[in-house]
Formats: sequence, structure tokens, C-alpha cells
Amino acid sequence: MELPKTTRRKFLRNIGFISVGFPLLSSCFEEQEKAMAKRIDYNGDLPGSMRNASLVNAWLQVLEDGRVLIFSGKVELGQGIRMAICQVAAEELDLDLDQVEVHLAETGVTPDEGYTAGSGSVPNSAMSVRYAAATARKKLLELASSQLNAPIEKLSFSQGNVGYQNQNLNFAEILGGTQIEMEVSKPVPIKDSSSYQYVGKAIHRKDIPKMVIGEEIYVQDLRFPGMVHARVLRPASYQSFLTSIDLDGLSAEVSGVLKTVVKGNFVGVITEREYQAVKAERYLKNHSEWTSETAFPEEENLYNHLKSIAESPETIQDKGDVSKAFAENKTYQAEYTKPYFQHGAIGPACGIAMFDGDILHIWSHSQGIYPMRSAIAAILKMDQSKIHVTGIPGAGCFGHNSADDAAADAAILAIEYPGKHVRVQWSRTDEHTWEPYGTAMIMKMVASMDNQGKITAWKSDVWTDTHSMRPNRDPATLLNTRYLEDPIPLTQRGYLGGGHRNADPYYAFPKMQVNAHFFNGPLRVSSLRSLGSYGNIFAIESFMDELAGKANKNPFEFRIIHLNDERAIAVIQKLQQLCDSAKVNTGEGIGMAFSRYKNNTAYAAVAAHVKVDPAAGMLQLKKLWAVGDVGQIINLDGITNQFEGGMIQAASWTLKEQVNFKGDQITSEDWMSYPIFRFDEIPEVEVVMIDHPELPAEGGGEVSMPPTGAAIANAVYQACGIRVYDLPIRIEKISN
Amino acid sequence: MPHYNLRINGLVREVETDADTPLLYVLRDYLELNGPKFGCGLSQCGACMVLIDGEASTSCMRPISSLGDAEIITLEGLRDKNGNLHPVQKAFVQEQAAQCGYCLNGMVMASVSLLNQNPAPNEQEIREGMQLNLCRCSTHSRIIKAIKSAAKTQ
Repeated sequence: MELPKTTRRKFLRNIGFISVGFPLLSSCFEEQEKAMAKRIDYNGDLPGSMRNASLVNAWLQVLEDGRVLIFSGKVELGQGIRMAICQVAAEELDLDLDQVEVHLAETGVTPDEGYTAGSGSVPNSAMSVRYAAATARKKLLELASSQLNAPIEKLSFSQGNVGYQNQNLNFAEILGGTQIEMEVSKPVPIKDSSSYQYVGKAIHRKDIPKMVIGEEIYVQDLRFPGMVHARVLRPASYQSFLTSIDLDGLSAEVSGVLKTVVKGNFVGVITEREYQAVKAERYLKNHSEWTSETAFPEEENLYNHLKSIAESPETIQDKGDVSKAFAENKTYQAEYTKPYFQHGAIGPACGIAMFDGDILHIWSHSQGIYPMRSAIAAILKMDQSKIHVTGIPGAGCFGHNSADDAAADAAILAIEYPGKHVRVQWSRTDEHTWEPYGTAMIMKMVASMDNQGKITAWKSDVWTDTHSMRPNRDPATLLNTRYLEDPIPLTQRGYLGGGHRNADPYYAFPKMQVNAHFFNGPLRVSSLRSLGSYGNIFAIESFMDELAGKANKNPFEFRIIHLNDERAIAVIQKLQQLCDSAKVNTGEGIGMAFSRYKNNTAYAAVAAHVKVDPAAGMLQLKKLWAVGDVGQIINLDGITNQFEGGMIQAASWTLKEQVNFKGDQITSEDWMSYPIFRFDEIPEVEVVMIDHPELPAEGGGEVSMPPTGAAIANAVYQACGIRVYDLPIRIEKISN
Repeated sequence: MPHYNLRINGLVREVETDADTPLLYVLRDYLELNGPKFGCGLSQCGACMVLIDGEASTSCMRPISSLGDAEIITLEGLRDKNGNLHPVQKAFVQEQAAQCGYCLNGMVMASVSLLNQNPAPNEQEIREGMQLNLCRCSTHSRIIKAIKSAAKTQ
């Protein structure tokens, strides 16, 4: 097996697209109309992803049959990015949707776009494709004009054909075996939104029909001739050492064992069949001894412990003299806590690797194949040009989970067992107990209000661990590295900024201060969907609700009087209209919350309708509404699906979830000990999106999550008069 | 190693494996089917569901030796002889009832089983019928819609 060559012509042959040839349609009036779709010059910033990939052919190539192949460095996580990119490309090139193929995330083939994270795929990848496609269109028209000997304005341009009178050329014929290697430079003539056929529409994804019949979709589904199966026995706890292991009896007990690999505290076993690997791991677990480590802090005392280990605070924002305002006005305060949450992918991590003696090939559902490659290269002390990573979907991950660790497991074992594809599948227990969680946080809010009920000053203090320990060129970011001989300990702190994301309220308060107290907490943590925003907005919007009550103001109105952004006000007003029609019975309440994600991207206002009966021990979430504004919508159904899913997932966090630990063990080890929402708990959901085709397109994967927690807390208060400051909001906290 | 003859998707398939091998591993690893998914191995999430004698059952803890001549239908076996999608499969596409789709196998199998037993379930019955199946992307509300729409068309 060879690495795909980077020479583009060769690559197009290697990838094996069959030339089917498209019928050459003669131009007709309708196509002339499409060709003349209004275009406008885009002069804004080009996406960050284009910094390393500024040429058209890095993003777009014409196949031999005239169809178009798009390259994106992002991965499909279930967010539907493949379809969004397809829509944008088809739109700019006036193609049918099935004339566009999208090739995602493969080292040496697609652009290096870092991680697929932070609701960044639409603004970065899809917009890069837009500008590359628009540039390609312009170039194709220029070339066709000279080949057909006709002025550009007389050409038709539709469904992959450029025509004049009775002559037609498809894109491949125009390019004659070359690709468009020119730079994307401004101004870019992009299609005006008034002429859109696909963008903004609710277009069905192409992958769901494949999913319903069980086609090969996920990394877990890949099979290679001679592929072998492996499991890695994790240490007894985070820092325990292997003191003894009895490998002798393994083969007598378990059939099909091919190899065991013990490297320091890393123990792997390779077998012919998958279930043999499961049994072999179980055998090794029962025949090995490990040291026990220092215990975790007592769970009951977690938040005090986290405060005690925090560093001196960093002042993130300081506008005006808040202390003076606090001294001069009536001042209120409240403190909120959020436990560790799990990503909880339904499919535990899986990685496949094969070392052919020269190149190490890896198939992974990592969110960032290029950064992961550099981490694995550092573990193995290999040149990263000798590692070829193909991104293949896994189960939805919602941030940095164990995907990269499983790929590294497979890579380590593949080097030990060359020439075969080695497939490592994590168990449910390993996924639950070893993944990097979303950190626990403490949020303390202080605010002063004047006599008119206007907030005069606000102070947020946030205690948080890092919100990103994603793989990068430091191999210690991968779990395995800490357990090999000569372990590399994790010393860096990753991206701390995620901890105070959205800790500065979006409201127009005259004075504001935000302090971040960073700690290096006891549990392994990294990026979980929306990072610190969920906890911070839970606190800010719970507190805003409490202040609205103190000011004797309607919670919708109270927020609106503190905003001077029309888009923010619009989502809140629309939400209020939606909620007005709801019938609220005794023991029920509606609460709302608002946030603008990262304070500079998309908007969401969320309301929750709950029913609380403390005597009966019952807390039911009946309905969630969201009104969203992500600027220009690419796929209406895709963004709606993201908003719906985000709200329900955040509701599950809010009402149920908490990672438990005792001694040196994580005790939330499966779906019984870490319960998440099941069908009987799912609320009705209603999402309304406000489209702004004239504005930049923002991603929406995380946007509905932050306000959902506070909306539920505020609804609980409306229903029963009790405020819960300590997540999750379980009925015991209300009944007692 | 013992031999087993399993009735799967209308065919008899011969498998040679240890008696304790769970059906899920037989289906995925030996018979190379993609429908049933490994989710927990603990019968807690439903991702591995198949129909055993018409009823949705998890396959991850069910040893091959316990199956006898039970009739097993997987996601791949739901289409009719002409390759037409089962009404539940169609409804999942129509409602776009997936994000990552990893749980979709179990959701579809549980829905088919539910509608086999109760062709016109109400909302409450749908939720009860789907109680074993987890979805982390949280597409539940779309799945409920898909089951309602499949109930109307089948």
C-alpha cells in the first residue's frame, strides 16, 4: 500500500473515481438564467483555514468526468458538515448536489484545518470552499470564453457545463487535464444570496440513507484482509504502576492470541478474532497486579478542594471600578457549581493502524488528524511524513474524547505487529473511566443594581481547569504516553481560555470585571462541547433571573433593557412570543435564558417548561423552545437538528449528569452509574431560526447548549420557588 | 471449536467459534455485517439490537450457543425482496432522524419491533418501547416523529 501521491493528477486516478461522463446538455433559457445569477464582490477577511491552503486546487479539483471533488480538513461528527460543504460548492458552481463529492480529512490530501471544533467548520471550511469555488467559476468562465471564442457574458454556466450557442464544454474539458492552481484573492465574486438554490434550504443529508441499511460508515465498520484485533489493558487507576503480570496461562485460557505487548505500564494483546481480545484483556486484568495511588479528594468536598488548589486569579476583563459601584448600590451575589461531565459517545473509541515497514497508516475518528499525527509521531519518534492518517467518522464525540488515544493504542501495537491492520476497540468501562471529561467549575457572580432596576456593575469569578488538552506535538496529550516505559508526564495546561468563555456577560453593564482562577484538578479533562460557556451562562443567566426578580421585572424585559444589540433582542422577543401560547398549570413554570456564543458568534435564546412536584419526587421537563440566529443559514434542517440535539444533551447534563469518584477509582463506569436522558425524559422541542443571508455564516453546533441549563433552572424556580445553584438539578435538591 | 448454524436474514449461516461468543461479535466479526453496533457490551444502550424471533433484543451479551434455531433479522435484513426500504427505514430518512447515526441501528430495530407488536402506538407507548435505546446526539424528538410517521404508512 502506498501513500496517496500529492501530485494532483495522479491522485485523481489513485482515488479510483470512475469516469461516467455526464450528458452534455445543450444550453436552454433556464440555464442562461442561472448563469446570470447575481454575484457580488466579497472583500472581507478570508477564513483562517486558507492561510495554509490558499490555492483553489487545495480545496477543489475537477474529476475526469467533469464533476467536482471538494477537499476539507474537517471531519464528519454527525453535525452534517459534509452536506453543508456540498451545498456551498454546488451553489457557487451551479452544479447539482450529486455532481459534488466531498473528501474529508486525510493527511497529505486535504488541507490542514486543525481540529473540527468550536462551531468552526462552517465559518472556516465551508467558507473556504465558497471562495475557492467562486474563484474556480470565474477562471472556468475565462478559459471557456477563449476556447469557445465567445464573450463571458454570453456563456451559459450550469450543471457542470459551460456553453455558447450549440457548443458545450464540461469542466474537465475546459481544464484539459490540469487543475486550477491559482490563488484565491479578493475580491471574490460570490453568488448573491437572492439567487440561492441550495444554501439556506433544509436539504437532506446524503449519509442517512446509507446508515439505515447498514452500509460501512464508521471506523468501527472498516475491515481489511487479515485484520487482527487488539485490546489495551488500562492501569488500575490514573497513576498506578504495573507490579506483576502473568502472561503464561493466557494462551491456554484464550484461543487466538497472537501477541502480548508490555511496555512499562502499557499492556496490549493482539488476537485473531475480536471477542478473543475481549477475553484476553479480561484474563490479563485478573492476572496482573498494580500499585494503588493517592486517592482523589472526597467528592462531597470537591468544590472546596478545587478552590484550595487554584492559582492566584487572572483578571480577564476590568472595565470601570466595580468595587466603587458595589459600595454605592445595592449589591447581590450568588455562587454556582458544575460537576465533571462525560462526553459519553455511544460508540466507544476505535482505532486501526497498519505499519507496512515504511509508512504507518492510521484510521481514526479523531477531531484533528494533523495535530494527532504530530503527537503520535512524537510518541513513536517517527518522522510525521511517514504517518498517514485517514479521518473516518465514529460515534458523535462532542469534543475531545478518547478517539485519539485509541488511534495511538493501535499505532503502538501496529509497530509491534507490522504488516497487519491492528484494530483496537475500547470497552464501555474504559470509555467512561478514562476519557477526558468536561471540567468541574465554580462560578461566583456579584452585581449591583440601581433603584430603576438597572445593573450598574457586574463581577464574575470563575474557578476552572483547562478546557482543552487536545493532542498536539506534545505526546503527553495522548493518554498512552503516560504509561509507556520512560513515560512523558503531562506538564502543559492546554487552552485555559475556554474556562472563562462567556464569563463576561453580553449585556451592556457600565462596569464589569472577570477573574479566572485556574486549577489543575484531580480528573483528566479536555474540551467538551461549548467549553466553559455552559457553566458560565448557567451562572450568569440564573443570576440575571434572580436579579430580574429583585427588580420586579419580567425576565424577558429585564434582559432586553440591558442589551443594545438588535439581533440579541430579536431572538429574545421571538422566544417570548413562542412561550406566550404555552399553558402553564399549577406546579409548572417557564424559565428562559440567553447567550451569544463566545460573545461574538451566534445567538440563542432558550426557554424551558417544567413541572415540579417535590412531594411526589417528580421533576419533569415538558418542553424546550429555542430561537437561534447563526447569521446566514447553510442548511436549515442541519442547524435545526444541531439546536434540538444541543438543547436535549444540555438538558441531560443539567438534570442528571455528574461524574462520581471514590478512593482512586472513577465510579461512573457505565450507563447505569452515569445515567443520561432516556426516552421517557425527552421534552418536546421547538426551534425557530432567524435567517440573515446578508450576514456571515456562523457555526451552530454548540450555540443552544449554554442557555439551556439556566433556562431549566429558572423554570424550576418559577414552578416551585426554589433555586438550585449546584448542578445537576436533581429532585432531591428541591425536595429537601 | 464448535460449529453453529444460525438463521440470519433468511439464510442459514455456519459459524465456527467459542460457545460463549456473543451474537454481536458473530454478526460483525464473522459475518461482516455493519448494522448492529458495539455500544456497551452490557445491554444498557441498545446499539447492538437485532430482531430475535421478531422481538428487538440486544446481541452484545447473548452467547451464540443459546440461539438454537431462532430467527435473527438485522438492519441489513429489513428491506423486502425487491430491495425496498422498510417503512421505518424510510421514515428515519424522511425525518432526518440522525446526527452521527451510531445508535440508529438500535433505534430502527426497536421501532420495527414496537410497531410489530403495536401498529398504532401513542406517544407514551413509543417512549416506553424505546426506553432501552440511548442517543447522545439527542435526536430523540426526530426518532419519535419517525416512528409516528412509519406507523401511519405501514
